Amino acid sequence: MMKPQAQAQRTNVGGVMSQYLLLVYEPEVDAAEQAERETILPLLLELHDSLREAGLLVSVERLHTTERATSVRLRDGETEIVDGPFAVTKEALAGYYVLECADLDEALKHAARFPMTRWGTVEVRPIMPAERWAAAAREAGVEVSNEEMRQRT
Amino acid sequence: VSESAELADPVARAITSAYADERAIVLATLIRQVGDFQLAEDAVQDAFEAAVTAWRRDGVPASAGAWITTVARRRAIERLRRNRSVTDRAERLAELTRLQDEPEESFMDEPSTIVDDRLRLIFTCCHPALDMSARVALTLRVLGGLTTGEIARAFLVAEPTMGKRIVRAKRKIADAHVPYRVPADEELPDRLRGVLRVVYLIFNEGYAAAAGERLVRGELCDEATRLGDLLCELMPDDGEVWGLSALMLLHDARRDARVDRSGRYAALADQDRSLWDGDRIRDGLARLERAVRLRRPGEYQLQAAVTALQMQAPDAESTDWAQIAELYGALARLTPSPVVELNRAVAVGLADGPAAGLELLAPLLADPVLGRYQPLHAAHAELLSRAEDATGAARAYERAIALSANAVERDELQRRLSALR
Repeated sequence: MMKPQAQAQRTNVGGVMSQYLLLVYEPEVDAAEQAERETILPLLLELHDSLREAGLLVSVERLHTTERATSVRLRDGETEIVDGPFAVTKEALAGYYVLECADLDEALKHAARFPMTRWGTVEVRPIMPAERWAAAAREAGVEVSNEEMRQRT
Repeated sequence: VSESAELADPVARAITSAYADERAIVLATLIRQVGDFQLAEDAVQDAFEAAVTAWRRDGVPASAGAWITTVARRRAIERLRRNRSVTDRAERLAELTRLQDEPEESFMDEPSTIVDDRLRLIFTCCHPALDMSARVALTLRVLGGLTTGEIARAFLVAEPTMGKRIVRAKRKIADAHVPYRVPADEELPDRLRGVLRVVYLIFNEGYAAAAGERLVRGELCDEATRLGDLLCELMPDDGEVWGLSALMLLHDARRDARVDRSGRYAALADQDRSLWDGDRIRDGLARLERAVRLRRPGEYQLQAAVTALQMQAPDAESTDWAQIAELYGALARLTPSPVVELNRAVAVGLADGPAAGLELLAPLLADPVLGRYQPLHAAHAELLSRAEDATGAARAYERAIALSANAVERDELQRRLSALR
């Protein structure tokens, strides 16, 4: 297939990078199957190293299972504390990454490298920059500057 | 303004033709420069609105495209100054202002840049991170220039629903930073296949329409064939691009013949060939030839080749079914599916006799997933009938009739069942 000329040119004029939250969802499984999943660790650590070396990895955390979750909400003036996750689903949030990428294609490319995609799902969510948050608040009548937002969020 | 009054007015005519010919080109470039889909679209819209007054006052400019580009860029700068939520606003503004200060001759970009900008726009509208229905809507709105209302009517959804779908897609492109670029070499084949799928889906949506909706839906066929032309122009070295264009033209040439005088659906073999559009057929065949010369066979080229063979034969008897069977065989290797297998079995049955066709059909009939697939049982009945197994054929026809949801189709199957006895 012929390659069109002058391709792959990045559109970000100022070379601005975007941050993406990669949410790792997996079905929670029994101990035996979980032990099998743990064996991917060396692979995962290598992946972390490569992302870190490329300057893309902002943060990574693994979560305890939803059995350890506690949910809080305020209803009719009463604080309700519920033992368990926000929603019981087949696939539960198991961990997350924050990556800094040039665009969505790059974020998707890295998301596909995670071994958890074999049994789970990685949801890629763009992180809202402080200026966008500020603009949304200003539109709703809140007085806030981009500068203040950058400092306090 | 009524359509005839508009045609009589030279300014309105110039704007209409600039809108059809230049809008997507100007927009494609401006999106790259502004870095924001919605802002660029609004600025281009502004420019067309400004043209109505300015061209009436000062006359139609020699190069409408250059005029629209200049004004749209100026409006984009104004909009960018007001819109503080664009992330890299300062860089964008600096770049646009620099472009604005350049001498007028350099306003029109190099042809290769225009080609790349148009490709960027196509690949962005058809990005896999967007829902399929959003890809289709965005492609029609941005590249085809249909209004949101027209797209909504063509897809039988309410206009606000379609509007929301398009707005949502643009917001996702902006906020998730869907890149505005032609995919890199290693992703290109996959992504181009995705683009061709969107275009073919638009075509089929129009082509498969019921009789009552034909007027609106015809627009979808026109838009899809136009997009096919555009892709041929932009990516002339890809066989599948020509193959899809050929396939759409060959189908489209028969658009008027698909329903017979009594309003009944007519299969290819029963169509009134005098209703076929000879120019479209010639164009389609030429494109198919061009595709084949590139020597990279693909699913659209193969489907176009099957259609061409069927159309070129004077009737079903003299059709080269052996070659069609071979083409379906190649298609089955490339994109295996029960539908392709079924078509191959039918073609083999016509080329080598019903026994050979029935042999290929056996594994499909044994598959429980296909048990409710009506065309399978209709084809089975046809082959059994030709093999002179009237009892088996009757059973298969009854099965097919029970599964058919379409009255016209059911009548036809009933007629064939009665003819057995």
